[in-house]
Amino acid sequence: MAKSWEEINARIASGEAVVFTAEEFATLAADEGVKAAARRVDVVTTGTFGPMCSTGVILNFGHSDPPIRMAEIWLNDVAAYGGLAAVDTYLGVTQPSSTRGIEYGGAHVIEDLLRGKAVRLRATSPGTDCYPRTEIDTWVTLDDLNQAYFFNPRNAYQNYAVAVNTTDSVLHTYLGTLLPRLGNATYCSAGVLSPLLNDPTYRTIGVGSRIFVAGAPGYVAWQGTQHNPHTDRDSHGVPVRPAGTLAVIADLKAASPEFYSAATFTGYGVSSFVGIGVPVPVLDEDIAATLALTDADLTATIYDYGVAGRSRPSLGTVTYAELRSGSIEVEGKKVPTGPISSLPRARRIATELKRWITEERFAIAEPVELLPQPGSQAQKPLEITTREAI
Amino acid sequence: MARKRLDLTFPPRQSLKPIIYHLVRDYDLVPNILRAQIHPAQEGRMVLEVTGSKENYAAGVAFLEAQGLTVNEAASDIVLDEERCVDCGLCTAVCKPGALTLDPETQTLRFDKDKCVYCEACVIACPRRAITLTF
Repeated sequence: MAKSWEEINARIASGEAVVFTAEEFATLAADEGVKAAARRVDVVTTGTFGPMCSTGVILNFGHSDPPIRMAEIWLNDVAAYGGLAAVDTYLGVTQPSSTRGIEYGGAHVIEDLLRGKAVRLRATSPGTDCYPRTEIDTWVTLDDLNQAYFFNPRNAYQNYAVAVNTTDSVLHTYLGTLLPRLGNATYCSAGVLSPLLNDPTYRTIGVGSRIFVAGAPGYVAWQGTQHNPHTDRDSHGVPVRPAGTLAVIADLKAASPEFYSAATFTGYGVSSFVGIGVPVPVLDEDIAATLALTDADLTATIYDYGVAGRSRPSLGTVTYAELRSGSIEVEGKKVPTGPISSLPRARRIATELKRWITEERFAIAEPVELLPQPGSQAQKPLEITTREAI
Repeated sequence: MARKRLDLTFPPRQSLKPIIYHLVRDYDLVPNILRAQIHPAQEGRMVLEVTGSKENYAAGVAFLEAQGLTVNEAASDIVLDEERCVDCGLCTAVCKPGALTLDPETQTLRFDKDKCVYCEACVIACPRRAITLTF
């Protein structure tokens, strides 16, 4: 019963496409079987809304008179990169404010821009013959900028760690506050709705895929940083540990603060919740079988964040259904769990993407290049070496 | 009957005195200690609910003040800003009394203030800074 990308897009264009969210599809497959579900449904929408630190925006401010080649740049006292052309910059979400620290950072500047607020732009320059101005202090809004687009080097992690703490002290981490002596466990995945858990071997999600980024139509630009397809997988081929990632691009001007939220992790730093949604075409029964997986089928690995090293010991695995139940068992102890990735927002994203496809006839795109496939590359560590050793 | 929440600050020299005992015995007040941080020779803090008659309540507060305690009757309150909250659920991982929970179906955040002990763990944990302590 194989369907082609062209056939599915023709059905989207004519308004006949049958689109389910990944949760709805899993229910349908459980009720009627994978075969019947695969026949009936054309596209399955996914969604996730978790903190994603490798996120940022490329901005072009336009030229002042006289013009300036901005070398040091601040937006609301948050430093932006000055190593591009005269009035181009990259603002990363984790950059803290020079005056307010991690309570306000690059992520908060982006959220303020999305909310239509004016942002103070300051820049300095040594001054050149062609760019004589040496400093500027002004205000900009999102509408004022020539270009403003997300370029996020790593979003939508395929699976993530479950974090616990076996030490005697509270730990403040990017996975939240971890209470001592296995006092809690935090986890961060949309599970059944997670984009890359629904297409575990990157058959349909690749460079050029049309996706939902923070409420805007966008694209998968490249493999994300730390994309690691070469990791342990379960019998369905689904990674049981952090694996694939996506680099994504989308117009900030078309994005919405409903699907983008700045975040501060106490004792850690700034990050931002980014809403990512990816449509997966139901090409055949093989892809339908992974789309049909539920939280009870998807596994995550528990790691002890009390070990401050690169290789944290694994304390076993759990399913997302167990994590969602509110407590798991770790080393014989009942440990309460808390999520970090918002399931209500992930549902809203999958539903919104479904609306895009069915009502706005949002076409899906076959990847122009596949992401590195399982077995093709592993993640390399950074070794500390010297010039002499090399 | 009056039921009020008090935020008490103990000066260092008072930390060892059985203040709460006197509230019960001499003023017939029923204390419910929500949170206490008392160290000998250091300033201490206690958040408690007291229930009793209006007259006894007023006399009890006067007693506390006479002992050198700072009594804040408009005690601090934990407020959840639902506009800022994104229902990530991270606060539920640090809320030991179970005041902050996720609805099993919708996975949206629920705040049962009756269970809150004002420990402020959620205030620090919330990445949206959507939970604040107000005075």
